[in-house]
Amino acid sequence: MSTEARAPHFPAADWDGGVFPYRVGHRKLGMWLFIVSDSLTFSALLIGYSYLRASNVWPTPFPFYPSIVFSSVMTFCLLSSSLTMVFGVSASSRGDQAKARKWILATIVFGLAFIILHLIEWNHLYSEGLRPFSLPAEWVTRYAAPDGTLPSPLFGATFFTITGLHMFHVFTGTIYLAVVAARVKKLKHEDVEISGLYWHFVDLVWMFVFPLIYIMSVDVGAH
Amino acid sequence: MSAHAEEHEHFAGSNKLFTSIWVWLLLLTLIEIVLAYKPMAIHFMLTILLGLSIIKAALIVAYFMHLKFERLSLILTIVPMLVVCICLLFVFFPDSFRSHGLRYQFKETPPAPAEATH
Repeated sequence: MSTEARAPHFPAADWDGGVFPYRVGHRKLGMWLFIVSDSLTFSALLIGYSYLRASNVWPTPFPFYPSIVFSSVMTFCLLSSSLTMVFGVSASSRGDQAKARKWILATIVFGLAFIILHLIEWNHLYSEGLRPFSLPAEWVTRYAAPDGTLPSPLFGATFFTITGLHMFHVFTGTIYLAVVAARVKKLKHEDVEISGLYWHFVDLVWMFVFPLIYIMSVDVGAH
Repeated sequence: MSAHAEEHEHFAGSNKLFTSIWVWLLLLTLIEIVLAYKPMAIHFMLTILLGLSIIKAALIVAYFMHLKFERLSLILTIVPMLVVCICLLFVFFPDSFRSHGLRYQFKETPPAPAEATH
């Protein structure tokens, strides 16, 4: 049996050149690698937050309304935007570019709704007196430990950094998708799929930010 | 087999499947919100929340990001490396628990209730 005839059966032959070893184009592989590195950025931030939280007295200030209601609706917006994005990619794979553009525009609308709701939510906290390096005076007495230790003033720093960086990702994502929607007829299907990968990643990060930042810091006493 | 590999333009999965994944993700989110208002030990709650988050992340990566339908070599290149790197970051937690123990503790109980009996 000649080497050529056997070659397709050996995975090692994938690495001899002339084929796509992962069966994806280089752009898509590049986006996957970017997503891996960005996951590490968010992991480091969330672990830094967990570090501070485990070594300090931590305030749990989020009331049911507005914080939890807003963040839940924001979660709904992001999850739905992922669904519309996947419909868009699916339409694009069938060659239906007009439909793909419509779904991508729906995704952008959900993304913008997320950003607007999040800014309103930030404004609630800011007007209560939360700053990156200080807590509202009311929180300091309210969330002090029974032994008198005061809550950590770094709450604001972790909150604004993590949710802010995530919001920035959503913002750049809407711009990216707007460019893709505008040029959808000129782009290959794989390019549309790559923009979908980025958008789903933004959704995925929120699946960790929402429980760790919001759900773990619910003020059970206040409804 | 080689003919199948040529079809990487094809986007597997029906809209019905994606909609059912979306419903699952919403249900798991709802469970998380309900859990927030159940009184329980913080470690227990953290474990459940992280478990749910990892399930949600896996659903998003597998179906929405389509990784389930990609080649195994791509999955093996991306996923285990990321999991190991994130687990390596846990090396900081023993120090975090140590500095929690170093916090200044008041030796006496707060004076207010004792004064109130006079």
